[in-house]
Amino acid sequence: MGLLVLAIVLPLAIQNNFYLDVLTIIFFTAYLGQSWNILGGYAGQFSFGGVMFFGTGAYASTILWTTYGIPPIYGVFVAILAGAIVGLIVGYASFRYGLRGSYFALITLAFAEMLRIIANSVEFTGGGVGIFLNFEPSIMNLQFINARGFYYLSLGMVVISIIIAMWLERSRFGAQLIAIRENEDAAEALGINVLRSKILAIMIMGGMGGAAGTFYAQKYLYLDPPIAYSIALSVEMLLVTIVGGMGTVFGPLVGSFVLHIVTEVAKHLIESPGLSLIVYGFILILIIAYLPNGLIGLFKGLSGKRGK
Amino acid sequence: MMPAAVMNGLMYGSIYALVALGLTLIYGVLHIINFAHGALLMLALYAAFFLYSILGIDPYLGILIVVPGSFIFGYVLYRFMIGKLAHGKDQNILLITLGLSIVFENMAMLFFSADQRTVNLSYSFETVDLGFVLLSIPKLISFFASLVICFLLWMLMSMTDLGKAIRAVAKERQGARLVGIDVDKIFAATYGIGIACLGAAGCLLLPIFYVDPYTGNLFVIIAFTIVVLGGMGSIVGALIGGFIIGITESVGGLILGESLGQIGISVIFILILMFRPNGLFGGKT
Repeated sequence: MGLLVLAIVLPLAIQNNFYLDVLTIIFFTAYLGQSWNILGGYAGQFSFGGVMFFGTGAYASTILWTTYGIPPIYGVFVAILAGAIVGLIVGYASFRYGLRGSYFALITLAFAEMLRIIANSVEFTGGGVGIFLNFEPSIMNLQFINARGFYYLSLGMVVISIIIAMWLERSRFGAQLIAIRENEDAAEALGINVLRSKILAIMIMGGMGGAAGTFYAQKYLYLDPPIAYSIALSVEMLLVTIVGGMGTVFGPLVGSFVLHIVTEVAKHLIESPGLSLIVYGFILILIIAYLPNGLIGLFKGLSGKRGK
Repeated sequence: MMPAAVMNGLMYGSIYALVALGLTLIYGVLHIINFAHGALLMLALYAAFFLYSILGIDPYLGILIVVPGSFIFGYVLYRFMIGKLAHGKDQNILLITLGLSIVFENMAMLFFSADQRTVNLSYSFETVDLGFVLLSIPKLISFFASLVICFLLWMLMSMTDLGKAIRAVAKERQGARLVGIDVDKIFAATYGIGIACLGAAGCLLLPIFYVDPYTGNLFVIIAFTIVVLGGMGSIVGALIGGFIIGITESVGGLILGESLGQIGISVIFILILMFRPNGLFGGKT
């Protein structure tokens, strides 16, 4: 709670837009990480194509705005719906046929690739040229004159995503997802509708991803298929969650903070493209090997020992 | 146009098969999905490229250097990293190989820059007229060479003691251990052979393609599609799957245009995963 208050008053102290932008990206990635966490962390279904919801949502609200003049404040709901529908289709297609583990990871990758190719080939997405968005700051357009507005919007998204995760941890539905993660056959035997729960989880992920797409397009004002369906973003959302701690409420936020700060520091030390991603890759390997519960697990382990 | 597209598909298909062979072999024995496959192919392409540009070694001769080098690299990588760090969990291996691919790709970016590189051999633009289609010499060499390498791999697997040990470990880990096979060494050797296939594929691909740090990504979905199409772990399946995918890609490009043509592979992949996850020729998993 104290942290939240700090986050709210922080922009009054920081006048430098650079720091606010970094924080905005940290929150944005943490939010996407949380969406991945619901299906990957709680339900144990790793997706490698999480970007498909983000991209579809981004195109939905952007096309509604640029082509039909519907402002993004309404468009974002269409984006959420579009993301959830993509989740429903992909979830139904893969879970109904019992795809699990690595197979599920690969099929989500293939769906994201398919959407990228389609977006690249059809007219209404602007094809390979992409879509340029206008900058007309207003609350209706979810655009703001200064970095502070986007900062608060991303902060709000993170808070909502954390509330969703908290609700999940307390709800029956969340318990069902964890049961599926631990042992799918046992969960089925206990009378949990595994298919329905998994599809619901991927739809929540999809809806959250869709809203993130609208946010991204309104902030960065450009959208093309490699951005909308970028493999790198799919990887980043699982990365922050795994580094922070899968299946925990604050894992994605902690992971996003740590990774972005490490990246920024690395960028200051050595100016070179690709370096930050090399660091990401190594951190991922080390976390998997030595901290399977992520950084949150490390904190918990330390405080637990102190308690005794 | 159509016969040319089919022939072209066959040529690339044979190299796809080689890439997929490495993947399917690793899956069949270790039961892991090697997500670093594309990145390792990219490294092999660079190895072939630098052998040519610095030492002037023809990529096809380079096979003799890159293949043993790739084997050693793969062996060490598995023995001292993947096998040690993953603690035997399927999803951990997926994520560790994902981490490795991020590291390799961006190291290539750091050291070799994002430039696309190609080689120009003295015979790069020579062609053979088959009557109905013109085929470039490098494509023909790559085609036959990859068939020979597939055959050699099959011989290795079915005729040698190492091949026998690998098949024994694939069938029954505990039993193999009981009869005195060092299972951990066999795992590393299998991974090494899988990467050696990539070494060969890299040398054969370079004269007819290009290399940049992200080339490997283009082959990730293709290789996985072939492997699930042919059945995880099946050598013959990988070969046939490679040809099917190669032809699908080039014929798809002809009919649907270059941009939408790539969609065929993703669609086949999704359909196969949904309806026949054991592949067209695969037995039970």
